[in-house]
Amino acid sequence: MLQLVVDGLFVGSFYALVALGYSMVYGIIKLLNFAHGDVYMVGAFTGFVVLSSVTGVAAVGGLASILIVLLIAMLLTGILGVTVERVAYRPLRASPRLAVLITAVGVSFILEYGVRQIMGPNPRVYPVRLSGETFNLLGARITLPQIILFAVAAGLMVALNYLVMRSRDGRAMRAIALDPQAAKLMGVNVDAVISRTFFIGSALAGAAGVMAGAYYGTVDFLMGFVIGLKAFTAAVIGGIGNLYGAMLGGILLGLLESFGTNFLGGEWRDVFSFACLILFLSFRPTGILGARVVERM
Amino acid sequence: MTQTSSSRTSQAQPAPEQAVRGLAYRFRPPAPTRARPAPERGLLQPRRFMSGAGAVLLLLALAVPFINASPYIISIGTSAFIYIMLAMGLNIVVGYAGLLDLGYYAFFAVGAYTSGVLATGGMPLVFTIPFVILACIAAGIIIGGPTLRLRSDYLAIVTLGFGEIIRLTANNLELTGGPSGISGIPTFSFLGWSFRDGLDLFGIHFNGDILLYYTAVLAGGGFTVLAVARLGKGRLGRAWRAIKDDEDAAEAMGINTYLTKLAAYVLGAIFGGLAGILMSAHQSAISPTSFVFLNSALLLMAVVLGGMGSTPGVLIGALVISLAPELLRDFASWRFLLFGVLLVLMMIFRPQGLWPSTAVLPFLRFRREGRSPREGFGPHVPDDENLDRSGEQA
Repeated sequence: MLQLVVDGLFVGSFYALVALGYSMVYGIIKLLNFAHGDVYMVGAFTGFVVLSSVTGVAAVGGLASILIVLLIAMLLTGILGVTVERVAYRPLRASPRLAVLITAVGVSFILEYGVRQIMGPNPRVYPVRLSGETFNLLGARITLPQIILFAVAAGLMVALNYLVMRSRDGRAMRAIALDPQAAKLMGVNVDAVISRTFFIGSALAGAAGVMAGAYYGTVDFLMGFVIGLKAFTAAVIGGIGNLYGAMLGGILLGLLESFGTNFLGGEWRDVFSFACLILFLSFRPTGILGARVVERM
Repeated sequence: MTQTSSSRTSQAQPAPEQAVRGLAYRFRPPAPTRARPAPERGLLQPRRFMSGAGAVLLLLALAVPFINASPYIISIGTSAFIYIMLAMGLNIVVGYAGLLDLGYYAFFAVGAYTSGVLATGGMPLVFTIPFVILACIAAGIIIGGPTLRLRSDYLAIVTLGFGEIIRLTANNLELTGGPSGISGIPTFSFLGWSFRDGLDLFGIHFNGDILLYYTAVLAGGGFTVLAVARLGKGRLGRAWRAIKDDEDAAEAMGINTYLTKLAAYVLGAIFGGLAGILMSAHQSAISPTSFVFLNSALLLMAVVLGGMGSTPGVLIGALVISLAPELLRDFASWRFLLFGVLLVLMMIFRPQGLWPSTAVLPFLRFRREGRSPREGFGPHVPDDENLDRSGEQA
């Protein structure tokens, strides 16, 4: 029982990290960034490349080296996110939503099959596998890396929260989310702030990618697709556009999945979470913490 | 500025004897500033020309097996027609109604599996058609019902999730054969005669598997194109376009947007399901791997590339998507990367597609510059030139 809770929390923290990027971008420019899950995949592969090019160091450093790789991957995926925004989304900011959505599907294809061209179609085994000793906590088996990864995820979320709620940039982001035109009139550099949002969101997804790669041990070029869907589900459950909502939704989805898997069997896990998405959208489309959206004309 | 406007009014003053005529002159309807040429007649009338071209293309497609009946050509043609059916069905949802459906393949899967399960259970394939239609209507309502009240981006991702649900369910259920799918689906048969036996007509033996199947798919594709094109022109089609342009305005004009969108969704689903029957009969085996997201994205690509909501455009798009793999054999692994780049570039530089729904072939568009009927009152000044000059002085 407690084991289920722990597993759910752990997987949920990955979902939450990816969902945060979704939610931030959606909150600011109302764009559903389809390619976000693929940014996660690119993060995992960046970690893979860096780790396998310095295998010796990784073997020595263990967890510490993973953290350094995490930072590198975050930086690179952040830059990737900014580039994608600049090249594919910014020229379309005034276009109908359908056009932007289709562009996002295209970007997702480019990332997936670009990585496939470079890294090959077969799953790659992560050079570092985090499988420390397990110890018991009230009857649940937990490994040390699990705790550390969970702590990293939590730390990133706290840092993000501080950034959005306390810093000048964060205030600009919230201003744009509220009303882009008014924010512009007040002297906010909207393009720059959107770029920064993409950087942060993508960096979080990249971090989640490296952590998932190190934890599960294999990466492949399609891994972003399902996680993108799950993260979106998490964002919807929590209330899209709301940061706390994304965190809560991620954790909740992790728990739901962990219990659902226990009752229905592993092969129905994804079906279960997508069914949750549909149910949530039909009964409470704004999510748990979401405010009622008023359409602006 | 004032000077130019006053000089222009003095130019446009009617001649004195006309002003005397008074009331009779004043209540004459204003003459058009440009004379329009008479509408085109005969074969060159745009609509007639396009349907004529369509009929010619259909005849050509019918003639293909008599020109070159190599199995390769026939099988490419067959898959092209299935693609056309699917793309036209998706065109209802994406092109007409503007609902981004990323799980369209789910309906294809529903159709293929329904007919596959029933046909392997002993039911003749033709009789599975109504069941497939019912199943697709049910699937369309299940997925569209709750989500169509939401705006488009939610719908996109929900349909994506729905596609995955269908695929994973097919992968896990015993009824659908699990990961290995269903095999040995019988082909069409009537009264003890089946497509597999072939047909002897006028002393020529028609190879059933290839030729009859090709004609069946051709008929299905042709029917779909006609039906979807006509649907798009009718009352429902206009309602769909209105919703695509501005949902709130459409609602204000008295369109029940929810039901109209649901209709688009269900009709699209039915065409997808019918294509699924043809596909399961063609391949005689189906498995969950044939219904991955990739295929949905390729279909979307076909609709977007050709031109959303445009019948000739979607035909072109579907042909490109189905024939490109054959032409790009050597670049097979680059194909999806290229498609992704193409999607982005299309949306940035030509969002209306190769053949937009408003396009008219250049040689069908005889809009000559008409002279103004009022040219007697002053020098003829073309409108745009006039605008340019006032802009300069302001």
